[in-house]
Amino acid sequence: MKELKLMKGNEALAEAAIRSGCDGYFGYPITPQSEVLEYLTQHAKERTGMVVLQAESEIASINMIYGAAGTGKKVMTSSSSPGISLMQEGISYIACAELPCLLVNVVRGGPGLGTIQPSQGDYFQTVKGGGHGDYRLIVLAPSTVQEMVDHVKLGFDLAFKWRNPVMILSDGALGQMMEKVELFPQMPRTNEIYPWATTGKTKDRERTIITSLHIQPDKMQEINLHLQKKYKAIEVEEIRYEMIDCEDADLVLVAFGLVARICQKAAQLAKEKGIKVGVFRPISLFPYPYKALNQLADNVKAFLTVEMNAGQMVEDVRLAVNGKIPVEFTGRMGGIIPTPEEILNKIEEIYVGETA
Amino acid sequence: MNEKRLLEEEKHFETMIAEESLCSNENLVYEKPETLIDTPMHYCPGCGHGVAHRLIAEVVAELDIQDETIGVAPVGCSVFAYNYLNMDMTEAAHGRASAVATGIKRVLPDKYVFSYQGDGDLAAIGTGETIHTCNRGENILMIFINNGIYGMTGGQMAPTTLVGMKSTTTPFGRDVEIMGNPLKITELIAQLPGVYYCTRVAVNTPNNVRKAKKAIMNGFKYQELKKGLSFVEIVSNCPSNWKMTPIESNKWLEENMLPYYPLGDLKVPQNPQKAV
Repeated sequence: MKELKLMKGNEALAEAAIRSGCDGYFGYPITPQSEVLEYLTQHAKERTGMVVLQAESEIASINMIYGAAGTGKKVMTSSSSPGISLMQEGISYIACAELPCLLVNVVRGGPGLGTIQPSQGDYFQTVKGGGHGDYRLIVLAPSTVQEMVDHVKLGFDLAFKWRNPVMILSDGALGQMMEKVELFPQMPRTNEIYPWATTGKTKDRERTIITSLHIQPDKMQEINLHLQKKYKAIEVEEIRYEMIDCEDADLVLVAFGLVARICQKAAQLAKEKGIKVGVFRPISLFPYPYKALNQLADNVKAFLTVEMNAGQMVEDVRLAVNGKIPVEFTGRMGGIIPTPEEILNKIEEIYVGETA
Repeated sequence: MNEKRLLEEEKHFETMIAEESLCSNENLVYEKPETLIDTPMHYCPGCGHGVAHRLIAEVVAELDIQDETIGVAPVGCSVFAYNYLNMDMTEAAHGRASAVATGIKRVLPDKYVFSYQGDGDLAAIGTGETIHTCNRGENILMIFINNGIYGMTGGQMAPTTLVGMKSTTTPFGRDVEIMGNPLKITELIAQLPGVYYCTRVAVNTPNNVRKAKKAIMNGFKYQELKKGLSFVEIVSNCPSNWKMTPIESNKWLEENMLPYYPLGDLKVPQNPQKAV
């Protein structure tokens, strides 16, 4: 029987963490994601014995994740934009040491202390690096509270499959809003011992060293080449996206996360006006669905990218399209969510331009 | 003249070594524990790090807990500690060793976890992590090497650099007006209820080395009680950056470091003999 509940995004994500058999959560309060820590401190320990610890800072929490992930346990943290900025050094270490863990960014408007309202202004930071060095996170962008649940399970699976940190790139609205969700059944916590983990050196194996320090350039290059090879494989195997009414569309809206849903409403309004509009929603932001967008560009007249930022993902859309068709952009910043009507206005503007 | 004498002594020593009798089993008093890897260390001659590493290795071997021990190395001279300790180790970011150790201990509460940090790592960039790890009473051992200088980066001022002490960033000596006083972080954290055991030792003389080993031994054993954190400060030397010979540096340590950083227990468990 399906287990359906009405839940707030952040709480649904926390519930999914417990159910996915997570061993530990280390976090620090920050609006608009504090409910994750609150929910876990209230429910996790008695249900699964999961460790939940409020750290003294995001810097401490990401380094606790680094230590705990190194033992092979299933661990996660969450924060919002300024807190995620503080974690970047640790994320870079984790990526280089190839440790699996789940990171969640419930994005708020920046730069600086910014606002506590929703934003997608951390796309560059999350998808292109953020910390120092050549590394990649696997990035998942939920657009519903249901996906806030599903991406936790998927995120842990991908993290362990690739031994790579996975980031869920959400936003303040998804974190705070309530929707109906279907919860998956409780999964057991495992006690699996991994050969790469620090669990105490036994006689039958060499010691395990978790480090990102390789002083010799040859060795560091070798590590980098290995990482790049892994990222290439991830780009082949883990691309996820959704296409809605793209088959006979003249114009396709490209948007991720919450904005993709607003775009669906805008597409519907456009159809009522006789304009054939589809929606392309990348679900994995790394790896990015360049190929699918490139192929789609053969069949439509233009793309309109819509984001809650000054235009960040649009750069990837342009890379994918490589000049085949015009790629327009509209967006809102500072914590303002674009309305279907303003997207429709932009659609009409482009459509008139294209047909004139 | 000294050189000539040294050469003579060396020759004499070589002759003695050549005699098999000296190498007989009953004469062997030194053995490398299997927890210490047989490789040359990168530390400068006379540096206290090597001694401190050996003490950790000896304690882990004597307690027979190699398969249950996880160490955390810092950034600083001892960044390569994992090259010498034959144990599972994680290399932390600068200042974050105690947070990394917290993460490990929380998900593996029955393992022995220790962090090893220098003064810049523990008492400057990582002060926040140090205080909060101690305050939470994590059941780990924190080993703090205080030599009053940044060794790895080439002799800059540390939070523990003594007043008037010269470094590359205090070329005229540490000036309190500009840089404040040397930080007695061990005294500070000894006050925290989460700290179960807090002591300051040194590795400049054989007697002090023995005391340091006992302190490290305590720090490992107390983890079994789950009563809080053990903190062992080791006052050490840095011949290279202090610009002294090893012997001079140990003498300087005795005369200058120890009056400001006095050796001894700052906090001892109430009934340690009952507890362990």
